[in-house]
Amino acid sequence: MQTVKMVITGPFDAGKTAFISSVSEIDVVSTERKISSDAEKIKETTTVAMDFGRITIDDELILYLFGTPGQKRFDFMWEILSEGMLGFVVVIDSSRPETFREARSILETFRAYAPTPYVVAANKQDLQDSWAIDDLRIALRLDPKIKLLPCIAIDREFVKNTLLELLYCILDEIDLEIKEK
Amino acid sequence: MALKGNLSNFTITQLLNLINLAKKNGSLILERSGDKIEIYFKNGKLAYSKDQKRDNSLINILFYSKLITSNQKKIFTQNAASMTDKELGLLLINADYLHQEEIITCVQTYYMSILKQLFTWNDGVFRFDTDILPPNDKITVSVNLENMILESSRRMQEWEKLNDEIPSLEMALKFVDRPTTNIRSLKLSSKEWRVISYVNPKNSIQQIAHTTHLSELEIRRIVYGFLQAGIVELIRPTSMKHLSYESSRIRAHQTSPEQQKSLINKIIDRIRSH
Repeated sequence: MQTVKMVITGPFDAGKTAFISSVSEIDVVSTERKISSDAEKIKETTTVAMDFGRITIDDELILYLFGTPGQKRFDFMWEILSEGMLGFVVVIDSSRPETFREARSILETFRAYAPTPYVVAANKQDLQDSWAIDDLRIALRLDPKIKLLPCIAIDREFVKNTLLELLYCILDEIDLEIKEK
Repeated sequence: MALKGNLSNFTITQLLNLINLAKKNGSLILERSGDKIEIYFKNGKLAYSKDQKRDNSLINILFYSKLITSNQKKIFTQNAASMTDKELGLLLINADYLHQEEIITCVQTYYMSILKQLFTWNDGVFRFDTDILPPNDKITVSVNLENMILESSRRMQEWEKLNDEIPSLEMALKFVDRPTTNIRSLKLSSKEWRVISYVNPKNSIQQIAHTTHLSELEIRRIVYGFLQAGIVELIRPTSMKHLSYESSRIRAHQTSPEQQKSLINKIIDRIRSH
């Protein structure tokens, strides 16, 4: 049995757990705890170690989705989680510009850990206050080549589309490797 | 769709950059404890601005720019009270009081001064609404934002320097073993004394800031001062010591590119049918 993994990362409360839950065939193995810090009390619980979802591809292959903890103080987990990943998704909350700088920093940290393909999922696009994709690209200083995808993490179709776009990026990179050989 | 946020997280430089690059039309309203500033943009350029705390009328702008005297101001205020800024501007030009260029330069300087005030705002809520035009009766200008962005980013350099010196607020502080300065002889502000009292390898700078109710900029400035004075040194709390793992990609060391491709295609097919 072969296993491969993708990492779902992003700032606190960006929607990483919801993202994994939407496509995982098992109930997400979540390690949520009640939030202790006042500053972060915009939701009751948060992921402190990792979320863990699974998609069985066939009898011989399983895809695992690992969600990183969103709070900065658990960033020691990121390097461990990024080991051996196929690629990663950076989930951002499109309606909270205060988290964009952190999203950018997380993105750069993961790129440093492993130069694998990645996409950015602009979550919560259904909210009235969400920023438009073009504005988000400028705000996050994303290269035009990086895919920035509208997303609603609780909607399975959006999540599937995000994962597919990441897989297409991975395919493109493999094609490039083959060509260079 | 409105863009909303706080300047503490998304700076005025970033906002101006966004408006400039996206060539946006619209109004940017910024508010901070009783202050309210409105800036209007056309095609990503500054068109009009007003500060709620000031008299933004043309008469007042001309007076503060010393283009009219206080006596003239009084007369215009009495006689042209019902006139809009545009009408008054035309009247002054036609009556040969002032040239058009003088008025435009004057209002442009005024609008820019309002915008420049924002460079000192480290916090405050903002809201950008697209396609909201400046009031019809006001004189508009067209000022490129590039220079403003440069000026604003120069001010940000202080912040960046502080960031370079203190890369993470998760770091802790400890008094140096042999300080070059006697702390008792130092003249410290009350804020600095508060910070000094919490210097301990167990307390992260973040925790000290939280306890002493200091903003990130304030705590960085204070700690930077202490570091320069050789009073304290930065140390890494034991909880931050990362385990070092060598990154490796499963697919890179386990399979050939063709096998990787087949594997990825399998995953794609599965997710499509999921």
